[in-house]
Amino acid sequence: MQPFTNHTGIAAPLLVDDINTDQIAPILQSRGLKDDYRVVLFNRARWYEDGRENPDFVLNKPQFRGAGILVTGHNFGAGSSRESAVWSMLANNIRVIVAKSFADIYRENCLQNALLPVVLRPQDADAFIARVVAVDGAAPFTVDLVAQSISGPGGPDIVFDIAGPDRTRLLEGLDDIGLTLKHSDEIASWERRAAAAQPWLQAAEDIRR
Amino acid sequence: MPRTLFDKIWEFHCVGQRADGRDLIYIDRHVLHELHAHHAFAQLRKQGRDVHRPDLTFAVQDHTVATKPGRDDDSNPSGAAFIKAMRDGCRQYGIRLFDIDDPDQGISHVVAPELGIVLPGATHAVPDSHASTVGGVGALAFGCGTSELAHILVTQVMALKRPKRMRVRLDGHLGAHVNAKDVALRLIANLGVSGARGYAVEYGGAAIAAMPIEQRMTLCNLNIEMGGRSGFVAPDDATFAWIEGRPFAPHGALWDRALGYWRTLVTDADAVFDREVTLDCAALEPQITWGTDPSQVVGISDRVPDAATVEPSRRAAAESAFAYMDLAPGTPLLGLPVGRVFIGSCTNSRLPDLQVAAAVVRGRRVADGVVAMVVPGSSTVKREAEAAGLDRVFRDAGFFWGESACSMCAGSNGDRGQPGERVVSTTNRNFENRQGLKVRTHLASPATAAASAIAGRIADVRQLLAGAA
Ligand code: SF4
Repeated sequence: MQPFTNHTGIAAPLLVDDINTDQIAPILQSRGLKDDYRVVLFNRARWYEDGRENPDFVLNKPQFRGAGILVTGHNFGAGSSRESAVWSMLANNIRVIVAKSFADIYRENCLQNALLPVVLRPQDADAFIARVVAVDGAAPFTVDLVAQSISGPGGPDIVFDIAGPDRTRLLEGLDDIGLTLKHSDEIASWERRAAAAQPWLQAAEDIRR
Repeated sequence: MPRTLFDKIWEFHCVGQRADGRDLIYIDRHVLHELHAHHAFAQLRKQGRDVHRPDLTFAVQDHTVATKPGRDDDSNPSGAAFIKAMRDGCRQYGIRLFDIDDPDQGISHVVAPELGIVLPGATHAVPDSHASTVGGVGALAFGCGTSELAHILVTQVMALKRPKRMRVRLDGHLGAHVNAKDVALRLIANLGVSGARGYAVEYGGAAIAAMPIEQRMTLCNLNIEMGGRSGFVAPDDATFAWIEGRPFAPHGALWDRALGYWRTLVTDADAVFDREVTLDCAALEPQITWGTDPSQVVGISDRVPDAATVEPSRRAAAESAFAYMDLAPGTPLLGLPVGRVFIGSCTNSRLPDLQVAAAVVRGRRVADGVVAMVVPGSSTVKREAEAAGLDRVFRDAGFFWGESACSMCAGSNGDRGQPGERVVSTTNRNFENRQGLKVRTHLASPATAAASAIAGRIADVRQLLAGAA
């Protein structure tokens, strides 16, 4: 995995709660094994049916076209577990999502792909959103995972919390499977214990065969 | 220390702790589907990694397969590549695939319990957020993404943060024509779409004890719609009777031993939960969604809320739902004309669901102009329904009777509603554009869906059946 240390980019406000993965990466848009994730992202909101762009959608506004930070509300990424809802962010060079909260599976999918999920403390979230709205894409923010801070126009640096292990994994770009494979011996000994304690778990046999 | 059932299953399956503090939880049964698996197979090939336990891994074709009779790989043109990639991957890695024409084919969450692949106290993972459906038999399940799916293939464990514990107690007994779907919708309405986020949820109480296994699965299926990744019911005698004799379940002496262990799968009397929620089921009427997220729910005889009565933080969402759904605030749902009815999906496509719907439909006709579909959750369910003559009941009434697939749940096989169409659907998500561009989805139980197909309008099944008596 690519390490993530910091990112400087325009912050685009999409201030809606409960945005789900059907909205982020519509299935209707997934037509094959190799989708173009650049056009998958928010496809329904970005384009009208006749193919024209919706000028009102935040990522279509001139000042947010190259946005690298998405700022949103509560429970971002609810719904389907599809990872295309993360890949489509990266395909559009969005590297950080600042949300009031994330859905569980979506947050995990972010960590797996070095898309940084940031949750600000409640007292900081509204102030940050106000700054993002006020600057309206005229100047970038920097999200620094080393310092765990966001800096940018309109106010002082904002510190955010992230679980230490998640931070380390992102900073070092650790291979998640590789991390677990260090425990292969424990997995093998668990399998032996389980085969003795609950043998039906370690064998899945079709009695009809 | 008294422990909850969740703690017992978690701790038994905890292989160790990773340097990053995550628990490594062994996955006893892993089931893949074709929409996501090909990404993981590609990743394994690129990394030169192998599947650790192909014998504990299974695969189904469900998301992209067509429902029309006589279907093949190409019936849904955009599905063919997924179906073939799945077949290739399973052949390469030695994974048992329930292919498109296999008698056991179907939706993963229907097939796995039906075949006895998932068991009480077992852990289970599927790259689909509704994995916890199988919590209905007392399994602890996790929906996952594609990277996690590849991780399980290679290691047979998931690296997880331990969730908190919630208990949902369902008191009282359900009234006639009210079932698990109605209970789940009411719970989601009460707790909100993220109310169970970060929790593993145990469902219990009098209404659960009386609930058939298939309905428990419906309830656990919808757990993710209130944000919970895992939800389950402690197994009881009804569970054991349901599982006994299924092809992958333990047999003979092993069955007796398993049963002895499964009887210990209960939450200790004094165990503490991080959160407790109760719902009185006795007064519950059939429920239906009016909006564009599964918490926007009313009783069937209620009205769409007034913006003023909606909690301020939910008002913007309500306003946008009124517009998308073409509903004026404060209007009744009963009597709204519908264009389509869909009965199916991992939420409500098991045999008892179809029996309930057929009982409503029998001897009646689908209203003119309504497209009505029944799509069984597995090929086994389809065969059993046909043996009981249910297909005739549905067909005679004017329903389409399809081959098993996810179908209109997410529309990834091409089954979709028409733009602007109002649909009563037994599925799990009423998100904008999910069942087709601009389709207006109302989630409800099979009974309510069947009644609405007959009436051509959103209907109260209790009135429809009372009218007949
Ligand atoms: S029926 Fe719907 S929710 Fe269930 S597995 Fe299929 S697409 Fe997923």
